[in-house]
Amino acid sequence: MVYLTRKAEFSASHYYHNPQFSPEENRRIFGKCNNPNGHGHNYTLEVTVKGDVDPRSGFVVDLKQLKEILNREVLDALDHRFLNKEVPEFATRIPTTENIAISVWQRLHSRLERAQLHRVRVYETPDLFVDYYGE
Amino acid sequence: MKAHLTRRYWFSASHRLHSESMSPEENRRTYGKCNNPHGHGHNYALEVTVSGPVDQATGMVCNLVDLDEFVRGHILERFGHENLNMLAAFRQRVPTTENLCREIFEILQRGFTTAHLEKVRLEETMMNSFEYAGDAEVRK
Repeated sequence: MVYLTRKAEFSASHYYHNPQFSPEENRRIFGKCNNPNGHGHNYTLEVTVKGDVDPRSGFVVDLKQLKEILNREVLDALDHRFLNKEVPEFATRIPTTENIAISVWQRLHSRLERAQLHRVRVYETPDLFVDYYGE
Repeated sequence: MKAHLTRRYWFSASHRLHSESMSPEENRRTYGKCNNPHGHGHNYALEVTVSGPVDQATGMVCNLVDLDEFVRGHILERFGHENLNMLAAFRQRVPTTENLCREIFEILQRGFTTAHLEKVRLEETMMNSFEYAGDAEVRK
């Protein structure tokens, strides 16, 4: 089994707010992230796939295809967007780094053919990242 | 759905690698420059990984404010700008980064109960790092 990781970057804005919480609760739990006008990050994404090396091509996965899927399913949807307002799943789910990692997994999972998705890692800043393994 | 959240912190400390159970010659041979009796220091980068189900109401594994507060109070203030050899934790143990990594894991495991502690990773320099996950395997 060989693991292959592809990196990508996207920039987006978001804010944290749960309509079921009172304004006071929202401020207490989410702090500065509750500002309704949003704030942004340069996210770094690492997508790790695993599989056996194809004896003919020498590939675990065709990187060109992986890049196309990543661009189409993830980056086109998230890059330079206000996540709460423009990305459907975040209308009902708070766009935390945890939920972004889950969303990226869900967007990629069923579209990969040969290789199997192993891990999605999303860096919100260099000092904060989330890993999701599909569990 | 279960996610793993990793937060990175920094602290600087000094240490000297020296074992009372070795002769001076053996200490020099084993630890090389790190055996210098005056000690030396590092900028340590600490990564703490916690895991758990993502709370539907907050979208979080745990609130970062709680993790930051615990790490600041119990780890960064305890080790930052200290000579590790002078601390109680290293009276009997050589303050290698292996032992420091384990010590930090144990402090977190005892005191931080908001989320499951998965792993501690400690970079001594940009060139070497250590990971400890207690009895569990380190997950990649």
